Amino acid sequence: MGPDVSMAVCCAFPVLVSLLLVRFAYVMYHSGHMPSKLSASAAGMRSLIVLGSGGHTAEMMNVVTTLQKDRFTPRYYVAALTDNMSLQKAQVYEQSLVRVEVDKEEGVENAQFVQIYRSREVGQSYITSIATTLLATSHAIWIIIRIRPQVIFCNGPGTCIPLCVSAFLLKVLGLGWSSIFYIESIARVKKLSLSGLLLYKLRIADQFFVQWPQLQQKYPRACYAGRLM
Amino acid sequence: MGDRERRTVFVTVGTTCFDALVKAVDSPQVKEALLEKGYTDLIIQMGRGTYVPSKVSGDGTLQVDYFTFSPSIADYIRDASLVISHAGSGSIFETLRHGKPLIVVVNEDLMDNHQSELAEELATRKHLFCASPQTLGETIQEMDIETLNPYVPGDAKPVVSLINKFFGFPDD
Repeated sequence: MGPDVSMAVCCAFPVLVSLLLVRFAYVMYHSGHMPSKLSASAAGMRSLIVLGSGGHTAEMMNVVTTLQKDRFTPRYYVAALTDNMSLQKAQVYEQSLVRVEVDKEEGVENAQFVQIYRSREVGQSYITSIATTLLATSHAIWIIIRIRPQVIFCNGPGTCIPLCVSAFLLKVLGLGWSSIFYIESIARVKKLSLSGLLLYKLRIADQFFVQWPQLQQKYPRACYAGRLM
Repeated sequence: MGDRERRTVFVTVGTTCFDALVKAVDSPQVKEALLEKGYTDLIIQMGRGTYVPSKVSGDGTLQVDYFTFSPSIADYIRDASLVISHAGSGSIFETLRHGKPLIVVVNEDLMDNHQSELAEELATRKHLFCASPQTLGETIQEMDIETLNPYVPGDAKPVVSLINKFFGFPDD
């Protein structure tokens, strides 16, 4: 009995690993391209918008106000639990949309607001950061599984990393497909932020924007399409 | 009160703690430089800092006032003739959007000091002046507001149109 089970495990394990590797290669190959199943469907795409607080939120809201709302709907706004300003700004904006379309009953149901644990607060020690990062990551996985976003918009700081990594893992496991857009903050002129660098180097972002031409020259896979502010 | 023309300098540290900047604007050297340039009032938003500036009033001196936080920072910026700000992008772009002359003071005590990148880039493009708490007085003395270029605000449309292109949506 024993040898049979271990034999089965020994055979199944390499098969599983190679299947995952093939799937990983497939995901990497298709990153940066339009998802094939999606082809401009009439219904909107579930969009996750990560608000990073302060200046990050201001830049992201400039993108959101310019987006075609009928294409990117419903919209799920995510902000850190400790950031009480960002979701409020998004709520005010979404309510202003409802007022414009009085005849439509949908309104705010097109927008949901979610709070997430932060992996690290400013000034927190690196040792306690490990525990809070684990908590933040499991919360992020839960949010991604629950929402299954088709599009993710983010621009740092750290809050977006667990969300993007979870979405990427779901892609590899074949449980969902999110197109990830990262727009590096305008404050980054010469160097990418840590979040930006991670998403760029690991090729997790399908499209990666920078807001200064000199940064684009350093990171050639990035797009430069002007400033948001 | 009404017969004299007010030229207000608004100092903002945002939500940070930046005592070095509050101390610098409270110094006799900076106050004298501001008076020489014809400014009459100084309003300091001191955030989470603990250094309390001295309130001075009277003829021939700068009228000084301060507070910690306010929900209407934009109103103070709009009413100011000069803004002296920390290097946060929120305060910088808020001031540039209002078309106000701006001196950005970089907080050298911050560990990851990427914030100076933005201020220095915008200073090179002559949209603002850049200083440190130590050089603020000199910067005020030497600055010529006429040399500043107006800032043309950015636009999210090119970014959004690339995102639409990614999904094969028609551009409208």
